[in-house]
Amino acid sequence: MITPVSRRAALKWAAAGTFGLAAGIGTTASLARWIRTEPAPYRFFSEAEARLLIPICEQIIPRDDTPGATDAGVIYYIDRQLVSVFKFKQHQQTYRLGLESFRKTCLQVYKTPFEQLAFERQTEALRLIESSKAPKELWGDRSPSAFFNLVLDHTRQGFYGSPRHGGNRDYASYRMLGLAYPNLIGQNRYADGRPI
Amino acid sequence: MSLTKVNVVIVGAGAGGGIVAKELATAGLSVVLLERGGWVDYDKHNDDELWSQRTPALGNPFGPDDERHRRVVANADGSTRVVLPSEGSYNNIAGCVGGGAVSYGAMAWRFMPQDFRLRSIYGEVKDSTLADWPISYDDLEPFYEKAEYEIGVAGDYTANPFCGPRKKPFPMPAFPYNKEARLIEQAAIRMGLHPFPIPMLRNSVPYNGRPACIHMRSCVGFACPINAKAGSHNTVLPIAMATGNCEVRTGCVASEIMVDERGRAKGVRYFDADNRGQEQPADLVVVSASATETARLLLNSKSKLFPNGAGNNNDWVGRNLQGHLYVGAAGFLDEETYEEAGPGAALGISDFNHGNPGLIGGGALCNEFIPLPYLFCNVRPPGEARWGKAHKDFQRHYYKRFVRLHGPVQEIPNFSARVSIDPSVKDAWGIPVCRLSGSRHPVDFQQGDFLSKKAEAIIKEMGATRVWRNGPSPSLGLSGGQHQAGTCRMGDDPKTSVTDRHGRIHQIDNLFVADGSLHVNNGGFNPVLTIMALAYWVSHHIKTGWKGSQFR
Repeated sequence: MITPVSRRAALKWAAAGTFGLAAGIGTTASLARWIRTEPAPYRFFSEAEARLLIPICEQIIPRDDTPGATDAGVIYYIDRQLVSVFKFKQHQQTYRLGLESFRKTCLQVYKTPFEQLAFERQTEALRLIESSKAPKELWGDRSPSAFFNLVLDHTRQGFYGSPRHGGNRDYASYRMLGLAYPNLIGQNRYADGRPI
Repeated sequence: MSLTKVNVVIVGAGAGGGIVAKELATAGLSVVLLERGGWVDYDKHNDDELWSQRTPALGNPFGPDDERHRRVVANADGSTRVVLPSEGSYNNIAGCVGGGAVSYGAMAWRFMPQDFRLRSIYGEVKDSTLADWPISYDDLEPFYEKAEYEIGVAGDYTANPFCGPRKKPFPMPAFPYNKEARLIEQAAIRMGLHPFPIPMLRNSVPYNGRPACIHMRSCVGFACPINAKAGSHNTVLPIAMATGNCEVRTGCVASEIMVDERGRAKGVRYFDADNRGQEQPADLVVVSASATETARLLLNSKSKLFPNGAGNNNDWVGRNLQGHLYVGAAGFLDEETYEEAGPGAALGISDFNHGNPGLIGGGALCNEFIPLPYLFCNVRPPGEARWGKAHKDFQRHYYKRFVRLHGPVQEIPNFSARVSIDPSVKDAWGIPVCRLSGSRHPVDFQQGDFLSKKAEAIIKEMGATRVWRNGPSPSLGLSGGQHQAGTCRMGDDPKTSVTDRHGRIHQIDNLFVADGSLHVNNGGFNPVLTIMALAYWVSHHIKTGWKGSQFR
């Protein structure tokens, strides 16, 4: 009997160095290559950029007793639009340069990467760029607050927009607001403002 | 390449052009209707808030697209910047068959009789081009009625003591108030005001072969999945096409009205859906491309007798650009106001449109369309946190406790607010683009300040806990937007207007305008029903002047 091998299990085996042997195909080198060619989780962001942006978005809409930006997949919303929507493509450099400037800002001011700061410290760091009080030499002629406002807007879009664009996973924000979802035509029946 | 000549070529299949097409096609004229966009298919334009007219985060769902279109905005300091169609400062309406009416909120206002006589009522206003219309409310009344019946309006005029006289009631009963409107109504009546149901170009009962509204929360900003919301695309245009006399050509971008050496329009030059240059000859040309794009097309149509653009020998084309300054107030109640019944806006108040002591003009107040969650992120009292847990708490607590009253201010026309042609920027077809410049008149600030305070008083009377005003910005800014109007005003004096009282360009006998460009002023109301009435009015005079195969 042949048991289908899930990709997750395959990866685990590969990491343990057993998969290749079991399949009888090759060497550690080809295994490493196979792992490398796994599709990257992001279309625009590097892993490092995503690691920085995810907690920024989470600061903007944090998890409490309902899901936050990370749970809702906001990073995937922003990442997808940056390579597919005309308006967003114009912001590719804004993100690339803005994230780099923000990374350096945190290192200079807090001597610690943003991701490793405590939540309250992260909030403080974002207030620095929201109010454009970040070290000017790290931002050049670019406005830190304009960068913050862009990320703020895109985070809201990813959290509240349609799940078909990669964010608002499982209609997290609609659940939070108590809105019926999806908005099925002709199937939302109401009387006196209450669903029947 | 020149195509087979037709009687009429119309540019723009929106509220105005669609009606002209139907009126002339059913009268037996051969019509070609050019539209830059396409037919809207609900499956591609569903209830996605990021792909809606109000919040076009990903681009304009109903066109024009960001890839191929540009405009230039001139700032007060003289600097300019190039803007994309989905940016607010582009002042877009739409680019699709049906135009803005595919996705609008569908308020169906008649202007008041006073709106046609502002100069007589309020006198001369410094630095403005305020004038009376060459036609009166009574002239237009039968055409308002025709629009209400052919496109389809639901309403009840009996509760509004300020509306102009009318011969017939609306063809459909008014929509009932939602909870927010019921609460506003009680407060307004206590204050001695006269609230009434907003007339709507939306079916309250089955009408003209289309079903009654199913109350989607995603209504304003979206296409209607069942065509309960009416525009030219689902009413008159199918009739026009069924005559066999009207061909709708989509994906066609007009670049120039061809005007001959004797100063007569010969037809329209355009790029077809495959970007091939075409020439459509016609006996007459009607331009109904919106106040910005109609002006642009006329200005780009240079000829021997009209070196500065068709009809522009007195430099009035593109001037007096107006829209609506929106002001009002918002607040929160302890109890929930939210109802899962779109579109939301249901109640109007017209007490403040005219007769305000010491004030020129005024405007209507209405409760607001349902703000969807992303849009609601910007509904905040001054100083409220924009992000973090405070943002979530605010969304959760207030989304369903929100009340808002706001409305359009009667903008005072001024000569410097204008559409001109940018000397260097071109669109994807190489056509020079609109440059928008100037700003609103200072009187608009006074009106906005006044009207927003009235709204604030009503919301306070409702017992709202947090109330804030959305008053006018001191910078006033440039107007236009979805209510854009005024750039080819009608008038009896060719020196101070672009068309005659029938929408015919002065000095070009066979070139007409039929859209909001004709408005001398834009009322304190959403302008679409007036655009529709004027389209019937212009069509009526074209038909009257049409003699067999010749127009004179």
